[in-house]
Amino acid sequence: MSDTNDHGHPGDHGQPGESARGDDLMADLAAAGQPGEHEGQPDGPQARRRVIGTPAPAAGRTMLAEEPAAGGAPRELPADPENLESAKRAERIVAACFVLAMLAGLGFIAAYVIFQVHTVNNTLHSNLALGTTMGVAFLAMGVGATIWVRRLMPDVEVSEERHPLASTPENKAAFAQTFEEGAQTSQFVKRPLIRRTLIAATVPVAVAPIVLLRDMGPLPEKSLDHTVWKKGTRLVVYGTNRPLTPADFSTPGSSLSVIPEGYAENDNALAKAATTLIKFRPGQLRAPTVMNWTVNDIVAYSKICTHLGCPAALYEQTTHHILCPCHQSTFDAARGAQVLFGPATRPLPQLPLTTNAQGFLVAQSDYHEPVGPSFWERS
Amino acid sequence: MSTNHALEGVGTWLDDRLHGARGVRVLLRKVFPDHWTFLLGEIALYSFIILLLTGTFLTLFFQPSMGTVVYHGSYTNLDGVSMSRAYASTLNISFDVRGGLLMRQIHHWAADLFMAAIMAHMIRIFFTGAYRKPREVNWLIGITLFTLGLLEGLFGYSLPDDLLSGAGLRILEGVLQSIPIVGTYVAFFLFGGPFPGSDIIPRMYMLHVLLIPGLILALVTAHLFIMVFQKHTQMPGKGRTNTNVVGQPMYPYFMAKTGAFFFFTFGILALAGAFAQINPIWLYGPYNAVAMSAGSQPDFYMGMLEGALRVFPAWQWVVFGHTFAFNVFIPALLPLGALFTGAAFWPFIEQWVTGDKLEHHVNDRPRNAPTRTAIGVAVITLYGVLWAEGANDILANHFDISLYLTTEIARVAWIVAPIIAYILTKRICLGLQRKDVHLLEHGVETGIIRQLPSGEFIEETRPVDEESRAILESRPHYQGLPRGAGAGPEESQEGVPAPGMRGAIGKARERLYNVITESVPLPANGHGNGHAIEGNGHGDQPSAVVPSGSGQSGAGPDDGPPGQP
Repeated sequence: MSDTNDHGHPGDHGQPGESARGDDLMADLAAAGQPGEHEGQPDGPQARRRVIGTPAPAAGRTMLAEEPAAGGAPRELPADPENLESAKRAERIVAACFVLAMLAGLGFIAAYVIFQVHTVNNTLHSNLALGTTMGVAFLAMGVGATIWVRRLMPDVEVSEERHPLASTPENKAAFAQTFEEGAQTSQFVKRPLIRRTLIAATVPVAVAPIVLLRDMGPLPEKSLDHTVWKKGTRLVVYGTNRPLTPADFSTPGSSLSVIPEGYAENDNALAKAATTLIKFRPGQLRAPTVMNWTVNDIVAYSKICTHLGCPAALYEQTTHHILCPCHQSTFDAARGAQVLFGPATRPLPQLPLTTNAQGFLVAQSDYHEPVGPSFWERS
Repeated sequence: MSTNHALEGVGTWLDDRLHGARGVRVLLRKVFPDHWTFLLGEIALYSFIILLLTGTFLTLFFQPSMGTVVYHGSYTNLDGVSMSRAYASTLNISFDVRGGLLMRQIHHWAADLFMAAIMAHMIRIFFTGAYRKPREVNWLIGITLFTLGLLEGLFGYSLPDDLLSGAGLRILEGVLQSIPIVGTYVAFFLFGGPFPGSDIIPRMYMLHVLLIPGLILALVTAHLFIMVFQKHTQMPGKGRTNTNVVGQPMYPYFMAKTGAFFFFTFGILALAGAFAQINPIWLYGPYNAVAMSAGSQPDFYMGMLEGALRVFPAWQWVVFGHTFAFNVFIPALLPLGALFTGAAFWPFIEQWVTGDKLEHHVNDRPRNAPTRTAIGVAVITLYGVLWAEGANDILANHFDISLYLTTEIARVAWIVAPIIAYILTKRICLGLQRKDVHLLEHGVETGIIRQLPSGEFIEETRPVDEESRAILESRPHYQGLPRGAGAGPEESQEGVPAPGMRGAIGKARERLYNVITESVPLPANGHGNGHAIEGNGHGDQPSAVVPSGSGQSGAGPDDGPPGQP
């Protein structure tokens, strides 16, 4: 410990025999009930205590009377910083920071009372006022405390010893003996009948909580294979719930989100039944689009991405690409919504369309395959 | 004095009952080593405390229900729209509760900071080797905390039931469904039936406010207790050894500093909550299964998962009437699973390869463990590629490149970039080691040129100071592999190989040992830079063989191997 600074602090004077402390929680816990162990350690005067970067005190400093530590024990930490002038300035800065924090804290309370909410603009102002005062209050306290530590508390560096974490062989042996004796005394080892029946008893008890989870939901059964579309279900525009005739939807290149009539408020149904309607120019639609399922070059594809079920909501007119915004699976709407790019493996299923007696667009049937992401039971 | 008396009275009262004087004194004197990277874990801790505080406030107003209401509140843009109670109550917190928006935003920023700080903290622990014996348990707890943090965040930002997070839940449902055999059942049980059902928000709420935070709190407590018990690691430096810990005592220094740090964290988060909008759910609108907006992004810590789902090719099998959706369950489970599993096993792999059974309390400088550092950088690079791919639509848009090209690049880069990163990092580490060795051998250049009586010019160097020297010379200590009986330390080929070193596994271990411990040797002469004038600035011979003091005699530059007596 060559860098132990021995011309150090006032408190150090006349304490050549100060004993180092075993500042060690672990050792302390381990040694509980053995009082005096730490104090008795015969370490040298400089052991495990270093005061670095503290030059010899100014001449005047040594004149200051030192309050003797209670019980006459030697100081372990210096009482005062080296430069009292600088400390005095720092003290004022710290106090200013704390005053600022106090004012900001009062400002927070004032802002809470003054700024009302209930409109977007009011909320904006309230949020700014509350957040700023709160932030300033905390930051000012942080800055103040930091300056306090760095400029007012004397800089020290101390060192404490580590002890190996492993227990001593005696302690290990004693533990093993205790454990062994307990096991013997409990008869657990000697009486396998008890042991085995106990293990057998715990198995169903451990499984029971898993059984309890069964009613968290119904079994899937075939529910993922179908949607609510049926023969004759009218297509209605998502949002307005207005039914459509082919004449209402005659601009080539346009697309619409449609849902089955009567299910506008049914999220469970829409999560599978949401459909995209796209109008093409004559001749643009190609195989493998099923032409019998289109009406006047209007084609309907499931809107639920076959990758992970996001609504494949982006349609690009010029290329006829349907793009899913989640993972960018891209489908060719002119060619049966085949996958062009991305992680999706299957085309978007096509909904068979026709018109009913009133001329409205309706479904010929449900989708002919499950919509949405793959699942284990899907064949 | 009266304060002292009062304190003394309280202290005596407590001590008479709880017997604390000695233990608490030791705790107050506990030594905290100082280094800026030791603050990273503290940021995570304080973010967690702030999450608990702000989260408690939010629970006072949030309604975890998927029951439908028609909104007629302060946010008039959504007037008359039907939405879930969860979404409506989140709007109310934002626009009708004073400070509600601030608490929401601080909560969300704190969650992001929590995850970012955990990541940075783990990276620091890895690169400095602070996970080594005896700290493996805390490393494993840390990985568990990170995993819990991911789930906690996912459930948390899904609670408002807005359009963006609803899409995230839809993806979660799709991922669950893709798992072979049990997937569909797991999804149905979690969601209480078909998506979206009406159970998922209340269930996630319970997980988010009770179960997962409870687990995190318990594990954080264990994490801290073990850390106090084992004492901190310390950065290498003069007087810092494996058997001591050097720093400032907890009371008053660390207490004041860490208190200040808590205020800084809270203050910064409060300002972020005031000035940086986050998760404006009123702009997204309530969830519905039909709509979706472009440029959807999860929170940053889910980005890697998102990127993996985007980058993976469309592979799928249908066999015997069952679908293997490789395109989903592999990217969803493999990258993060491999990352966590690999991280969890790494300390034990390293121990096995190096045969190292010692306790380590002095951190490594990353350059001094080139292979470990290179592996770490490679993993971070892999993570980074997938993370960037998670935002490839944003990147494509900003940099005006083809969307598909970004994915194609990522498909190549996720394999190639980590390899390049590994090689580069290892070279850089070894180069930095050479620089250190050079400093140790030749000292610091002073810039003073001196002419010798012979007319020769030399540059004067100064030996590195003691502190730098201690740092430069700090190297991980490897025990060496078990040697067979009779084999000398340098001649493992001879003699009988030790148990554990036989056969193909033993050979592989030997080879891995050589890779993992690869380093530029330190000068064997521990006091090699004691000379004021070091004439031989660039001898090719490793000066590890230079005997002490010979530098002064062998002054002639390049006229033979230095140190020739």
